[in-house]
Amino acid sequence: MTSVSYLIRSASLLGQTTADVLIRDGIIAAVGTDLGADVIGDATVIDAAGLIALPGMVDLHTHLREPGREDSETVETGTRAAALGGFTAVHAMANSSPVADTAGVVEQVFSLGRESGWVDVRPVGAVTVGLAGTQLAELGAMADSRARVRVFSDDGICVSDPVMMRRALEYVKAFDGVIAQHAQEPRLTEGAQMNEGIVSADLGLAGWPAVAEESIIARDVLLAQHVGSRLHVCHVSTAGSVEIIRWAKERGISVTAEVTPHHLLLTEELVRSYNPVYKVNPPLRADADVHALRAALADGTIDIVGTDHAPHPSEAKECEWASAAMGMTGLETALSVVQETMIETGLMSWADFARVTSTAPAQIGQLADQGRPLEVGEPANIVLVDAAARWNVDPAAMATKGRNSPFASMELPGKVVATFFHGHPTVLNGALNTPYRAVTAS
Amino acid sequence: MTNSSEAFEDLGNSSTPAAVSRVVLTAADIERALTRIAYEILEANKGSANLLLLGIPRRGYPLAQRLAAKLAASDPAVDPATIVGQLDVTMFRDDLAHQPTRAPQSTTLPVSGIDGKTIVLVDDVLYSGRTIRAALDALVDLGRPRAVRLAVLVDRGHRELPIRADHVGKNLPTSSTEKVRVHLSEIDGGLAAKDEVVIEAGA
Amino acid sequence: MRHLLDTESLSYNNAIQILDTAQEMSAVGEREIKKIPALRGRTVVNLFFEDSTRTRISFEAAAKRLSADVINFSAKGSSVSKGESLKDTAQTLEAMSADAVVIRHWASGAPARLANSGWIDAAVINAGDGTHAHPTQALLDAFTMRAHWAKLSGTASVGADLKGMRVVIAGDVLHSRVARSNVWLLRTLGAHVTLVAPPTLLPIGVEHWPCEISYDLDAALEAGVDAIMMLRVQAERMNASFFPSTREYARRWGFDDARLAKLDALAQKDTIIMHPGPMNRGLEISSAAADSPRSTVLAQVRNGVSVRMAALYLLLSGDMREPATPSNFPPVVAPSVPSVKDFS
Repeated sequence: MTSVSYLIRSASLLGQTTADVLIRDGIIAAVGTDLGADVIGDATVIDAAGLIALPGMVDLHTHLREPGREDSETVETGTRAAALGGFTAVHAMANSSPVADTAGVVEQVFSLGRESGWVDVRPVGAVTVGLAGTQLAELGAMADSRARVRVFSDDGICVSDPVMMRRALEYVKAFDGVIAQHAQEPRLTEGAQMNEGIVSADLGLAGWPAVAEESIIARDVLLAQHVGSRLHVCHVSTAGSVEIIRWAKERGISVTAEVTPHHLLLTEELVRSYNPVYKVNPPLRADADVHALRAALADGTIDIVGTDHAPHPSEAKECEWASAAMGMTGLETALSVVQETMIETGLMSWADFARVTSTAPAQIGQLADQGRPLEVGEPANIVLVDAAARWNVDPAAMATKGRNSPFASMELPGKVVATFFHGHPTVLNGALNTPYRAVTAS
Repeated sequence: MTNSSEAFEDLGNSSTPAAVSRVVLTAADIERALTRIAYEILEANKGSANLLLLGIPRRGYPLAQRLAAKLAASDPAVDPATIVGQLDVTMFRDDLAHQPTRAPQSTTLPVSGIDGKTIVLVDDVLYSGRTIRAALDALVDLGRPRAVRLAVLVDRGHRELPIRADHVGKNLPTSSTEKVRVHLSEIDGGLAAKDEVVIEAGA
Repeated sequence: MRHLLDTESLSYNNAIQILDTAQEMSAVGEREIKKIPALRGRTVVNLFFEDSTRTRISFEAAAKRLSADVINFSAKGSSVSKGESLKDTAQTLEAMSADAVVIRHWASGAPARLANSGWIDAAVINAGDGTHAHPTQALLDAFTMRAHWAKLSGTASVGADLKGMRVVIAGDVLHSRVARSNVWLLRTLGAHVTLVAPPTLLPIGVEHWPCEISYDLDAALEAGVDAIMMLRVQAERMNASFFPSTREYARRWGFDDARLAKLDALAQKDTIIMHPGPMNRGLEISSAAADSPRSTVLAQVRNGVSVRMAALYLLLSGDMREPATPSNFPPVVAPSVPSVKDFS
């Protein structure tokens, strides 16, 4: 195979220093300001003046829907969306049909990801068989499979049985796995439609109390401490949850936490329209929660941004609120929303952005070749961002099958100009290029 | 919702401020016309027996009250309070679908009811005749009068239906682009309140 | 006025206009010929996703007295129960040239969804949605209260509001669209509202509503009340631990014979007792109270037709060529987010 190389010229690395980056054979071959012609060779030059270079984003929380709900999304369409959004790896949640609760299903998803070639697809394994909460899935078999599953979650459903949660936390220690909990006390949220508070009282929609999330997180951090395991809390949505996680971290409990872009920007006031595009689990919360989440992401209490990208067919949203499906698309807007809420507000730098969207999620997911620094010898998973650009969100123009973007028609900052996945440009000039084809050993 | 209770003739162009207007009936003219109409009514009815005056909102109603007072002045047997009513025709109009929403006015009938009575409908301006058509429909739903007559302060022509007034204060030839405005102190109160009928030139 | 979806966004002037128009409509109901041609040629669809014979026949009578054509569309036994979506049902009605859709739905917000989604052009009247709103019920309640209030003060009710009136609404506020719509409308009309309920049957956030909250019905009565409205307790609440037993509920929060006697003892001779119906006699209201001269239950039913005639008339009689009269009736708060488009 011939050597393919690219020279990213004059990019601002993490928004800090301007340099050229030479990519060769999927690896960062050189970084510098005056790379000689001998070093550059026949590399394709990409003018990145004014662009910010970041490590490829890693999503710990993506619903790719395949197998089973290919009307909503496929691995192919979902990973195209991911590449366009600046991602080089996504974790595919287990609530497909069949559920990803066996080595067979996770290997299928893993293979589909490899075939598509737009990003790394890392399957998340179910904690319990069929997400039913009654019997542990074969966590070890999934860990040992070709998919090398390390993150386990019943996301969409809470592992509410405390004994089941304890066993899961303990069991995954055998292969250094992590349980990603969807914190939602089921009895407190029966029929729940939106955050419980002033707006739910007005709208007559069944309330989803913050305590339903916070009580599970409180229980789980104590369980994690007791059994000495790693806990990851999915999509933290309330100020109270932030306080509990902060307390747990201060006590040295091994807990990581995630926030979605939509919980950083949107509030429950939007529900007053009764437009189900704003229906999501966990629900949009109050303004004070949004600000607590931003502060927590900035100070490290919340470790990462996870999109909870949840595409749905249009009929699942073009209906009355109570009948509508929960979930929002997010892969193609995540970067812009985080820039809008965290960087434009001065709460974070682009280096912080790289930490919460790439380095930290790669560490939680134990992806050795993702979330790496932009240094010589590292895998060339790189995204180039035009931070000065502004664009109007048009769900119809997205690569995801889901049209359920709550950011529709909003103007947001930041455009992904190029995404390099193992040194191959999956996205160039803001549009899909070609997928990466791994050099197979055979 | 536009709470429009303007007279039929005003609709559609009532917002245009009039550039030119001339008074065609003064307060004294109106007074004399009503006096004459009251006599005509008594004469046509051969007295005041079984006579009811129903004013069409808004300005027909005070005109009906004034006529009743004049009837009482000439015939002590008449109690003006018991022979005057108001007949709202809003919901019987044929143009409801083509105009801004109108709030209905109240219909109040004398306690005697209208069955077997001689009804004199009273309105300020007779124009297309559609208001009176609506009033006749409204009456039918309320009972069966022995006879229905029509008294108007001004007949400005341009009829669109075969309707004719029995008693007319003044025949006023107009162009259809002109507007006839009746000012009555009961309705158009305020400091400058004075009775008059003016013609405003059209745009 | 384009739609009637809730009372929270109903302005004072529009509320008074509806009540005043209803006053004229009530005169029609007292005539020998109870029909006027105002909506001749207009089609009103009663779209009921939830059983409510009382509300449906009230709307049906109202539309027919205005000479509109009425189509009753019940979710029971129709394609709706076979999984047809609200959108498809709405567009079917649109294709049949419905001028107004009177919608009753088990889901809060379904009427707003219908009105704001762009699926149909027809005027939408909310005939009760989930636990959200029931504006025509609140309007008929206000109409009933206004007639009483005006009679007490010896003035005409037309043009009047409810300034100074003290209203107690007692019962299952949490699940009550009637209570919600009344709270907002009575606030607009100047009445002073006290909600009385067990704490389990008040929504979180109720403290932000424009009313007082009490857990003690007797104290609320002793404070002086001009109208007391008892809310229905749904059967499905009785076994969901909202209260220990129906007996305890009736004792603490029901309008029983003792409380009826208490009104007399407190010399509150002009206090009326209201109920939106249907009543659970012996639970939230005793038979003696329901049948007492204070009870306005039947007047409320009668006034319901007048108020619904007014709403239909004001929504439908206007200019067909103009989609809306902009300044008066604000739509419910709807951020400008376009509807999710189809994809193929």
